[in-house]
Amino acid sequence: MRNILVAGVLAAGAMSAGSAMAQSTIRIGLQDDIGTLDPARSSQVVDRMVLNSLCNSLVDISPDLKIVPMLATSWSTSADGKTLTMKLRHGVKFQNDEPFNAAAVKANIDRSRTLPASNRKSELASVDHVDVVDEYTVNFVLKTPDSALLATLTDRAGMMLAPRTLADDAGVATHPVCSGPYKFVQRVQNDRVVLEKFAGYWDADKYSIQKVIYQPVPDATVRLANVRAGSLDMLERLAPSDVNTAKNDRNLNFVSIPGLGFYDLTFNISNGARAPKALKDKRVREAFELSIDRDAINQVIGAGIFAPANQPLTASSPYYDKSIKTTKRDIPKAKALLKAAGYDKVDVELTFGNNTVSNQMAQMLQAMLSEAGINLKLRPTDYAAALNAAHKGDFELLYLGWSGRIDPDGNLHQFVSCKGNLNYGLYCNPEVDRLLDDARVKSTVEQRKPLYDAASKILADEDPIVYLYVQPWPYVLSKKVQGFTPYPDGLIRLRGMSIKG
Amino acid sequence: MLRIIANRVLVAIPTLILVSMMIFGLQKMLPGDPVLAMAGEDQNPQVIAMLRAKYHLDEPVPAQYVLWMKDMLRGDLGASIRTDVPVTTLIAQKLPVTLQLAVMGMILAIGIGLPLGVLSAANKGRALDYGANVLALSGMSIPNFWLGIILIFVVSVRWHLLPSSGYVSPSEDFWMSIKTMLMPAFVLGAALGAQLMRHTRSAMLSVLRTDYIRTARAKGLLRGTVVIKHAFRNALIPIVTVLALLFGELLAGAVLTEQVFTIPGFGKLIVDAVFNRDYAVVQGVVLVTAVSFIVVNLFADVLYILLNPRLRRS
Repeated sequence: MRNILVAGVLAAGAMSAGSAMAQSTIRIGLQDDIGTLDPARSSQVVDRMVLNSLCNSLVDISPDLKIVPMLATSWSTSADGKTLTMKLRHGVKFQNDEPFNAAAVKANIDRSRTLPASNRKSELASVDHVDVVDEYTVNFVLKTPDSALLATLTDRAGMMLAPRTLADDAGVATHPVCSGPYKFVQRVQNDRVVLEKFAGYWDADKYSIQKVIYQPVPDATVRLANVRAGSLDMLERLAPSDVNTAKNDRNLNFVSIPGLGFYDLTFNISNGARAPKALKDKRVREAFELSIDRDAINQVIGAGIFAPANQPLTASSPYYDKSIKTTKRDIPKAKALLKAAGYDKVDVELTFGNNTVSNQMAQMLQAMLSEAGINLKLRPTDYAAALNAAHKGDFELLYLGWSGRIDPDGNLHQFVSCKGNLNYGLYCNPEVDRLLDDARVKSTVEQRKPLYDAASKILADEDPIVYLYVQPWPYVLSKKVQGFTPYPDGLIRLRGMSIKG
Repeated sequence: MLRIIANRVLVAIPTLILVSMMIFGLQKMLPGDPVLAMAGEDQNPQVIAMLRAKYHLDEPVPAQYVLWMKDMLRGDLGASIRTDVPVTTLIAQKLPVTLQLAVMGMILAIGIGLPLGVLSAANKGRALDYGANVLALSGMSIPNFWLGIILIFVVSVRWHLLPSSGYVSPSEDFWMSIKTMLMPAFVLGAALGAQLMRHTRSAMLSVLRTDYIRTARAKGLLRGTVVIKHAFRNALIPIVTVLALLFGELLAGAVLTEQVFTIPGFGKLIVDAVFNRDYAVVQGVVLVTAVSFIVVNLFADVLYILLNPRLRRS
């Protein structure tokens, strides 16, 4: 009898331990499988979702896009704008017990600047070198003033890996060691990434979740079904078509926030032989702008989460230009503009990376534009092929998305400056270049905003790119998950989050 | 028998070389550049140039093929250009998953398809036959992905009976592994079982029409004995052929099923690799698939010999 009782007590103890374990694990459904976990080489948004729990950056953002301390506790820029000095947090340890200090910052930034396969080179292009001033002070010495640098350091360029692990590139990618709240346990490609709480984290008591499992589930509807079935606790990027299902489920919470990025139509103005003559005329481009009903797009395709966009900057940015109003649909005016430019009708081919939403978008655009006499021919391809077409100028009109950057420079300069990396349509206006270059070297919001406003006004007038909607970050969480705060950068920050019951 | 096997293996070599050339050529014809897909949103020209040189993508296609062949003969299938993980490691991770799915799907298909086929042939023209045919037709015509999503909604979301997706390795938790695989295996098995039932039925019907069956019945043997012992064994040869082909197809990747149930298997690996233009992975996976196709068919040839004594003598 006694044995049975003891066994019973033990079993009950084991069960309650089991449920306590289950409570402190969160399973998060991601839209894609991650590429690499090396912050220097990463190129995907989902990589950042995982890296955010694994690695600390030097600085972070607040939900209203202010730069806040993380590994750096304070910072200042020299009068000439060419030195950024950072004071570092004391008592921080990497997950392999190495101390975090100024030498670690130098080693990491140097690696990101020089590693042949680094995707951070252009972000850190302004950095000439990094000086270790003392154990906890570091100077970024710049070639030219770079006001976007601080924002850059909130992301992968500012993520710190344990210095001893830096020499082994393959090791960094497969088993990164950082100073973040969670440490790497396991990754099975296409299946999961498992992290567990790092007990030595400097802010460990703010994290109650013990274990994090990220699972890529590419099909959005299946991702939602998994949360509804209880196989996942939360998901990122809900399909707009599932918004109502998620809202109506009493066991779920639906949260959406406008992101930093946008979806747009890029005109091929002068990139190669395929650039249509009609699209060189800004009146024709404006006719496109006037034919599109962004509210209808938001309601029909976006289920209310595709906030209409009228400029490359998101409304939460301090640089957002409130004086630019979203264009109202005006078909007679669009027709008049086409006529003034000498066209009764215009034939244009739209190239887009094919998926459910882009396909709906293309068809809706086709219908809306046809009323103004613009005949859209649809050319769906897969994403890699669309990207290839963009580079080669093998398109007339391109539907593309951009995940967005915190600093306005990231959403503007490379897209519309004459030699911009991502300026696929080869729009070129020296005045825009001058304004954007100038804004790069000024350091305060007050100095920079007038320059961005001026550039935005020229762009709104010349329409090299038609901004359609702000990329949203829609999440679904089980009611058990509490304390989640969405950020415009879309990353899931586990600080303060907990799982109830 | 050994000679037959040796013969088959020799025939397989030129087949494999041809397959490797075709897949190499075909994917080079795909529009889209792996380096652009890899360079991420920023499309930094320096990174693009560096990656192109690193993976020899700036060399002519035949030269790339020779480089790949040389490495392959040394057992090196290269590494994924997206994640740096060696292709052999990826295959070792994914093949067991798809193998488990394929075997479970096959068991379900055989469990449903064979008995139904035999029964419906033995009861040709009766209600049972019609019923089985309707079932088979639905099994063949319901799309995999649709059946999968419906099952997830009913079995997992509504009834909370089985996990909705994912994968658990049998070594980690055997019963959980079987449970997670049950729905995807059923989805695969339903389509295959239906095809198998149709093939079994027609093979059985043609055997049941032969003279020796009539003789066996005339001898006064029980109907069941005649159907199972005399007819079924002879009908098995075409069925084995179909089974081998179907199993090969399963290995090639139950792409849609894996996608719906988020199973990290071969199918998902190759679809992701094609979308990312991850050439090394595509080549490696296709090669392994071709080899397994050949092995399964070789196995079927051996089975013929075991099933049909006449083949042993020739």
